[in-house]
Amino acid sequence: MVTGGQKAKPGAFAYMALALLALPMHATLAQIKIGAVTCLTGALSTFGVSSMKGAKLAEEDINAAGGVLGQPIELIVEDNGSKAGEAATITRKFISQDKVVAMLGDLTSSATMEAAPLAQAAKISLLTPSATNIAITKIGDYIFRSCFIDSFTGKIMARFALDQLKAKRAIILTDAKQDYSVGLSEVIRQYFAENGGKITNSISYSSGDTDFRTQLTEVRVAHPDVVFLPGYYTEAALILRQARQLEIACPFVGGEGWDSPALVEIAGKSADGNYYTNHFSAADPSPRVQKFVQTYRAKYHAVPDALAALWYDGARLLFQAVQRAGSTDSTKIRDALASTRDFDGVTGRISIDQNRNASKPGVILKIESGETKMVQQVTP
Amino acid sequence: MSRGPLSLIVALFVCLAVSLFGENFIASNFAYYYDILITIGINVILATSLNLVNGYTGQFSLGHAGFMAIGAYASGSWSNNIDPIIFGYLGGSTSPLATNVCLFVSVLFAGVLAAIAGFAVGVPSLRLKGDYLAIVTLGFGEIIRVAILNTDFLGASRGLSVVGSYTNLFWTYGSVVLCIYVVLSLVHSTYGRGFLTVRDDEVAAEAMGINTTKYKVSAFVVGSFFAGIAGALYAHFKAFITPEGFNFFRSVDVVVIVILGGMGSTVGVTVAAVLLTILPEALRALAHTQFVPPAYQGLLENRLILYSLLLIILMLTRPQGLFGDRFASKRRFIRSRGD
Amino acid sequence: MDRLLEALQQLINGVSLGSIYALIALGYTMVYGVLRFINFAHGDIYMLGAYSGYLLAPLFARFFKFGQFDTFTPENTLFILSGAGLIMILSMAICAVIGVLVERIAYRPLRDRPRLNVLITAIGVSLFLQNMTQYRLGADPKAFPQLIPIQVVEGLGTMTVLTSQLAIIIATIILLIMLRLIVMKTKIGLAMRALSLNPTACSIMGVNNDVVISFTFALGSALAAAAGILVSMDSPSINPLMGNLPGIKAFVAAVLGGIGNIPGAALGGLIIGILETLVIAIGFPQWRDGIAFAVLIVILLFKPTGILGRIEREKV
Repeated sequence: MVTGGQKAKPGAFAYMALALLALPMHATLAQIKIGAVTCLTGALSTFGVSSMKGAKLAEEDINAAGGVLGQPIELIVEDNGSKAGEAATITRKFISQDKVVAMLGDLTSSATMEAAPLAQAAKISLLTPSATNIAITKIGDYIFRSCFIDSFTGKIMARFALDQLKAKRAIILTDAKQDYSVGLSEVIRQYFAENGGKITNSISYSSGDTDFRTQLTEVRVAHPDVVFLPGYYTEAALILRQARQLEIACPFVGGEGWDSPALVEIAGKSADGNYYTNHFSAADPSPRVQKFVQTYRAKYHAVPDALAALWYDGARLLFQAVQRAGSTDSTKIRDALASTRDFDGVTGRISIDQNRNASKPGVILKIESGETKMVQQVTP
Repeated sequence: MSRGPLSLIVALFVCLAVSLFGENFIASNFAYYYDILITIGINVILATSLNLVNGYTGQFSLGHAGFMAIGAYASGSWSNNIDPIIFGYLGGSTSPLATNVCLFVSVLFAGVLAAIAGFAVGVPSLRLKGDYLAIVTLGFGEIIRVAILNTDFLGASRGLSVVGSYTNLFWTYGSVVLCIYVVLSLVHSTYGRGFLTVRDDEVAAEAMGINTTKYKVSAFVVGSFFAGIAGALYAHFKAFITPEGFNFFRSVDVVVIVILGGMGSTVGVTVAAVLLTILPEALRALAHTQFVPPAYQGLLENRLILYSLLLIILMLTRPQGLFGDRFASKRRFIRSRGD
Repeated sequence: MDRLLEALQQLINGVSLGSIYALIALGYTMVYGVLRFINFAHGDIYMLGAYSGYLLAPLFARFFKFGQFDTFTPENTLFILSGAGLIMILSMAICAVIGVLVERIAYRPLRDRPRLNVLITAIGVSLFLQNMTQYRLGADPKAFPQLIPIQVVEGLGTMTVLTSQLAIIIATIILLIMLRLIVMKTKIGLAMRALSLNPTACSIMGVNNDVVISFTFALGSALAAAAGILVSMDSPSINPLMGNLPGIKAFVAAVLGGIGNIPGAALGGLIIGILETLVIAIGFPQWRDGIAFAVLIVILLFKPTGILGRIEREKV
């Protein structure tokens, strides 16, 4: 069937691959290892790379300040390739190979849903800085979150449209491919309808598309008071642009997924006059935010977006919890995380509530001549 | 011919023994390798079953992930609804008997459902040839994914949590052994020569009175059955599935394994499945080693650059695939006739 | 009347979307015509076209005053169009070179092999181009510079047609006519047609097949680059993975029209574009990706070689 010569070659490949696996993974200095999993390649890499930058910055900050418990932190960042199934593999790697003391991640709700049960079973604390699905922290008492949950953001958006914009008729544009967008849309739909508004139309689009005129033509015909657009900035920027080109004048309201300098760069003037809820504003004059923006800009030559800020905060919150725990014992870290009160983050003052979710204020931002302006602060 | 069934039984017993005595040890001490081991098993099932369609029968299917999705979602929602009933009879969710029975039933259900889907897709579309068939299977795969994306009780884009990760080494590698056994005995039987004739010369096969459509459809149904099983094992291993996990690129991954292993060589495809599962993880390890100069560290953070280069180089240096020999089967056929 | 206008509006949206698919599909179909294989990396050439424009525009921005005009006027129209045209032609040239290089390095050594093998190197090339672009230029979406003023075309009543949409449609028509002339009236076009009919006979007749294949890749890649620039003028957000989805859709379009058939690819692109728009317009946007395939399957079942494809009779 095959000759010996042909056999030898694949054998060599196998050997090489196995040899790579057996390489010493990390330098063996006394370090506190924390695993971070996010999407560095693939469809979601634009969000993942930001998040990694934020987390890496937090690592540098803490190590410059002497680390925690007198040891430097080693943040092991792994890429899930935006692929299903990878987050679980990486979590097992963190737990069994790297022996991390705690985990940061994942970026999206679906990836975190894979990782969280494994972390829970191994009694390793997992803190997700950006997954918003309510179900995640219900998985167990080792699972925490430092961002808003869908129900909080959704309610702020709907409330703001009802009270401040005096909207009665609304349309929801949902990104059917993103769990974040679908989850948020449900909350908005329910809350807006229960409080006197009327959702006249729910229209969906898919991330990756670039032409939304067909959906927007429908919006134009319906003449709503407001359009909810709970998606990511990658598509939101083009949607805003095309909406203004089609002379749709009503304001669009989005969630934290909008936050990126790319939104205004791409949408240009079309971004003006729209609102979105967020954790923080890069234009916030407070020294904490400005220091973060400056160090981030110095290192990466870019303005941080919401994901960078969230992961920066998430990583710092986790480091601080390890410090307060006083040891790398997993139960103690868990208890320290659970007892987090008034953590001073760039995305606001974070407390962890009894459901292990973050309780922190949100802001509503308005885009005016390319700049974001805070119009309202909302406390939970 | 009695050597075949005998080795099947022996192999299954080996799987059972390893699972009984080694499972807990590996899973608790080497969870990462355990994960890779199970993933390898799932990929071997996917690749060897696709090899029956693409390699042995010469059809070009680009929709394997679709059947995997059907299997994963079928077994997932089956387990979520039916398992509690089975537990009621067999002593609760902690009893090993109950979990294994549950897994077996849901995996079988998944395989059968995927096979039915394979039949429904295969009968009309296998009249098409080459790239037209490829695009139609791609289309069916995408339609299945979009359908799941729009089905609320399957979780739509939020994904579906599957109760219980019961997949273990025995069921995974038992399925691997069964899949390889079925594929090999199919193509090496008198009946199975038909697959190879369809691949080698369809017109001649027709002229010899071989019902080529029947062969194509049966290859497709068997392939889908095992893709469904692979999906079910996946669902019960990761315990969470999303429609995006079964997109077009998932199908492409399997096709890459088949071609790289060598179309129509079960050994080659199996080896390729093992290698291509380990490779991305090995690159992951490489990214963290200290051997790489800092200037290239960033390059390694993007594993896919190296992965894609390796794909190109491998294919350029070994175009027939690792073990491939397109005409091996033909030669063997001639030899066996001479015996 | 309103209904009719809305339908017409959606039709124009569909045609502009379909034009892009058509331009990309042409590359698939031409390569298929001469080499009988699916060039998986074609969608990424489209992405590189957009990135070439993105990188080139700042070099010429001062001279051509990109982004400084808000409207077309009789005086500035020619000036603006020559600026945008220059960027487009340069990007097309860059991508033509990349296309030829890709063929030489990754596909030519495998020419005598089963064509499925080339599929793997094509997948490898595709992954490489995407991830190398991401590594060099970042994963985040970039704002494409404004090459022409985007405004509503006047004189169409309540219909909203933008200059960028019009540019897509007109540029596609011009490129299609030029392609038609190249394929039907030039010697190299004749060689392309001969090669797709019978490579051996073609080379016996004194045609250098390698040159013709390189030329085909150059032509297909240039068209993809043009599509990339046109899309980015209309939707100015570019990212390293932007070629994936249009790539697959264009591949579908090429098969729908009858792969290997040039007018078929253009027709297939238009049909897919209009169909997708229709599906969204009648209220099933979430089925967009699925319905194009469903219609394709139905058509292929009745006409197994696509709409304009010819049946290749198998010889015994």
